[in-house]
Amino acid sequence: MGRSVALPGAASVAPVTDPTLAAAVHRAARGQRLTALLLVGPLLLLLLFSFCFPIASLLGRAIYDPTMADSLPRTAAALQAAPDGVPPDPVFAALAEDLLAAKQDNSLYAVAKTLNSLLPAARSHVLRAGRFLQPGQPATRESMTGADPFWGEPDTWFAIRHGVQRFTTTYLLAAIDLRWLPDGGIGQVPEGEAIYRAVFVRTFLVAAAVTIATLILGFPLAWMLANLPNRLSGRLIMLVLLPFWTSILVRTAAWTVLLQKYGLLNDLLLWLHVSSDRFDLMYTRTGMIIAMTHIQLPFTLLPIYSAMRTLQPSQMRAAYSLGARPFTAFRRVYLPQVMPGVAAGALLTFILCLGYFITPALVGGPADQLISNFISNYINVELNWQMAAALSFILLALTLALYGLFTKLLGVDRLKLV
Amino acid sequence: MLLSPYATLGDRLRIGVLIGWCALVLAFLVLPIFVPVPLSVNSEAFFTFPLAGFSWRWYEEVLGSDQWREAIWHSIVIAIGATVLATGLGTLAAIGLTNPRLPARRVIMGILISPLIVPVVITAVGAYLFYARFGLASTFSGIILAHTAVASPFVVVTVGASLANFDRALMNAASICGARPWTAFRRVMLPAILPGVLSGAAFAFVTSFDELVISLFLASADQRTLPMQMFTGLREHLSPAITAAATLMMSLSIVLLIVADRLAHRGRRD
Repeated sequence: MGRSVALPGAASVAPVTDPTLAAAVHRAARGQRLTALLLVGPLLLLLLFSFCFPIASLLGRAIYDPTMADSLPRTAAALQAAPDGVPPDPVFAALAEDLLAAKQDNSLYAVAKTLNSLLPAARSHVLRAGRFLQPGQPATRESMTGADPFWGEPDTWFAIRHGVQRFTTTYLLAAIDLRWLPDGGIGQVPEGEAIYRAVFVRTFLVAAAVTIATLILGFPLAWMLANLPNRLSGRLIMLVLLPFWTSILVRTAAWTVLLQKYGLLNDLLLWLHVSSDRFDLMYTRTGMIIAMTHIQLPFTLLPIYSAMRTLQPSQMRAAYSLGARPFTAFRRVYLPQVMPGVAAGALLTFILCLGYFITPALVGGPADQLISNFISNYINVELNWQMAAALSFILLALTLALYGLFTKLLGVDRLKLV
Repeated sequence: MLLSPYATLGDRLRIGVLIGWCALVLAFLVLPIFVPVPLSVNSEAFFTFPLAGFSWRWYEEVLGSDQWREAIWHSIVIAIGATVLATGLGTLAAIGLTNPRLPARRVIMGILISPLIVPVVITAVGAYLFYARFGLASTFSGIILAHTAVASPFVVVTVGASLANFDRALMNAASICGARPWTAFRRVMLPAILPGVLSGAAFAFVTSFDELVISLFLASADQRTLPMQMFTGLREHLSPAITAAATLMMSLSIVLLIVADRLAHRGRRD
């Protein structure tokens, strides 16, 4: 209890003054510190290399891209002096020289790809310029725009001006459907091209729907498990842990079988006379939310269950004996005390839902893909690493912010499995 | 426990409704997992009940074809590699973490746990782009490394939990009795935390064996794993062979769950 207890004669015990003893104590402490660091070190190094640096480097791509600055140095320099809009002849000459040099050292494709991620469809124009430009013939504005009107567009040059900057916020802005305007301000992207905000909203809505569904299903079950005799609840909790241990892929596979139009779930609904028609559940939002709810239910339930287990039943009895009606006792005594568990379970499920990839890919339709699926698509299909990085940046920021809330409510040291 | 001895009819009704609801929720939790089991022994290639007849043909397809067999073999090799690394390094790290003198303990703990929190696509994409620079893309070493990263937090947490019940004074006692640090660890600490280490290893194995997203990015056809094979099957043509593979994967999970549960109970009794 008391931090300092006055012992008789304590005042006469002087602090360690013997220099050799003090040094020995100090050395022992340092030795322990070193041992602890050496023990943690190997895993820490492995994680830094295999996990932390890769993610840092990915996030770096969202704001740092030297491809065009390195490949088009003359253009970048010439653009410094040029006015806004389509630049004069010297810039075209510099660009032609740069593009030819890039073609020589095989970096033209990288330039085309980078410009393409700033300006859709730019890739083919850059590659075409690589074909029509001839060494030894100085290019002019007229010759280049004559060969391909693309080079006379103000948009093209706006994109090039942005592309030759090593550090850029273009991709991060694009990830929330914003862009730099030619006048230096920030504005919305045109109506037809805005997609990401809708995807983030969709991801949040799906995560919220799954969280609420798991709470409705899980809270009563957690209450029952916490109040049953130990033997029985021990058996039943195994039933909750079983899906927890089965891989997400296996469970998603089970749902793809169940949700088919002529699958078991539709059979059941027909048999129960819930409906007279078969529902399309595969490749729909509803089917995806059902499958995700099934996968997330143990994550929501287990923290609630452990919060309820620690509650003394005598508290409810005390509330009753003081005259509280069951609902009042539940609301004023029970709920406030299990709330940390409820918050932990709900937040955990919400955070995990934000990163869902497998279930949307297999059970969701094209309009149900979540943010992770877009990131994967940018890497595997569009080959636009900067956009993948920018979306990852925002997804990670959201996840970490929510996780910060989670640890604030519970503390990282209390992170437990079950 | 659920009802007081003085329960009214209304109370009984409410509890009855609640029990009914909980039974439905439990059915929702458990039944879907077992759906692939009967379908995997169906003699016809349909996903509907009633079953046409009994046959092992889908298991023969999974265990007989080179593609599936190779995938299973790759998954086992990768999971063993990741388990050994994650368990070894994770146990050491957990021991270091419980030492109150460890500097920057909270930061280190945060880093060691973070692979659990970061969305797996970000981990996978990061590894995919970064490992290529070191020639680790499309290699078993690369996949094992990334799987170790996502599996190790489980070991750190489970071993940390069993260390919380371990009395460090025993280590001092051992060293006073003349044991060198390694002997004290092997003869005193390890036996006490072994259940935690083994259940962490089981977690790590299952995590790696079931892992799909990182493998999708890091592996080429030469390292195709069982989950990748299933994923392709689910995306392209839904064959009942998938239900057989799912049943096999689930059986493994159940066996390991029982092992880990027994270990956890033994750990608690000690």
